[in-house]
Amino acid sequence: MTESLSQIFISTLLTNNFVLAMFLGLCPFLGVSGRLSTAFPMGVATMFVMLVASLCAYGLNMLLGYFHLEFLRLISYIVVIASCVQLVEMVMKKYSPALFRALGIYLPLITTNCAVLGVALFQTAREYDFSQSMAFSFGGGAGFTLALVLMASLRERLQLANVPTLVQGTALTLILAGLLSLTFMGFAGLGSLE
Amino acid sequence: MSLPNQADQGITFDTFMEGVWRQNPVFVMMLGMCPTLAVTVSAVNALSMGVATLFVLVSSSLLISLIRNLVPKEVRIATFIVIIATFVTLTDYLIQAVSLTLYEALGAFIQLIVVNCIILGRAEAHASKNPPLKAVINALGMGTGFTIGLFALGATREIFGAGKLFGMTLFGDQFQPWVVMVLPPGGFFVLAAWLLLFSLLRSKSATEGGHAHD
Repeated sequence: MTESLSQIFISTLLTNNFVLAMFLGLCPFLGVSGRLSTAFPMGVATMFVMLVASLCAYGLNMLLGYFHLEFLRLISYIVVIASCVQLVEMVMKKYSPALFRALGIYLPLITTNCAVLGVALFQTAREYDFSQSMAFSFGGGAGFTLALVLMASLRERLQLANVPTLVQGTALTLILAGLLSLTFMGFAGLGSLE
Repeated sequence: MSLPNQADQGITFDTFMEGVWRQNPVFVMMLGMCPTLAVTVSAVNALSMGVATLFVLVSSSLLISLIRNLVPKEVRIATFIVIIATFVTLTDYLIQAVSLTLYEALGAFIQLIVVNCIILGRAEAHASKNPPLKAVINALGMGTGFTIGLFALGATREIFGAGKLFGMTLFGDQFQPWVVMVLPPGGFFVLAAWLLLFSLLRSKSATEGGHAHD
């Protein structure tokens, strides 16, 4: 566990991108990436939830470790994440009702976003300390936003293109995701984690 | 404050087959994508992930269906999540006890079964409205459909990516493995290829005068 903070950040942002290399958070990635105007706020909201969840998970893990209750880890993480999402939802409803409506069902679904729970679980499994956890969750959130924005831009562009009817829909989105993932593999030499 | 017992029409063969074919979670509903793509590097991993999900799905459906009239409507999602998380923790420790190799291969994705949309979706849409037996049969169908989907992906990726199936070498020495198939992009490509195959079959049957939507 001697990785530097920048190493962790770059690695989770590009090399081990949560969406494209580790397959976390695919549901919103395929669901909300239709338009750029909703993709970006969705990414930022998820990033915020990730940071808070990571913070809480770090504290919780210490607490559970102290009382030797490790088997409750999963249950307590998911409850904490659900409350964080509720908080974000309330704040967003108050300050940006239009965005709240645009995101619709996908906002409460951040709870079941594997990327958020993934951050909490991976930082525990890799025994990151406090600042490392923060760098990890910030990199993960930024990487998620990056992938979402790239995908949304590609899909907006493709609406003008002439695509065979057979490929249209999910198959096309998946092929695009595959190509993006292939591109991100080019970063492999940047920050070698593991 | 219990949910009304609306969709209570008895058990038919379709209760089971719905999840296997018509509403297959992997190929039709596109639910639970994360484990679908992440662990399907080999057929064995895919099958064990499918079975683990099947177990959690069936047992949580049973419990949720049993307590469906006791849970207040406002807190039902939270209740479902806690029930699911309990069963996932059980599965996690069980796999760790049975096979450490498998546990390491699947990694955090066993715990991530909690956030698999299929399970919460089934709990919300079916188990909370139906009697236990029907809910279990439906969950069994869904789980089987999910396992079949995972196996289809896992087998394809293992055959092309490593030239093996269940660890047995299939081709001669001259076979060059497509390494990309076992890498992350391969997961996206293989799933896209399966979807293309299905939509090709559907459009074929539509042009031949058959019914595209059955």
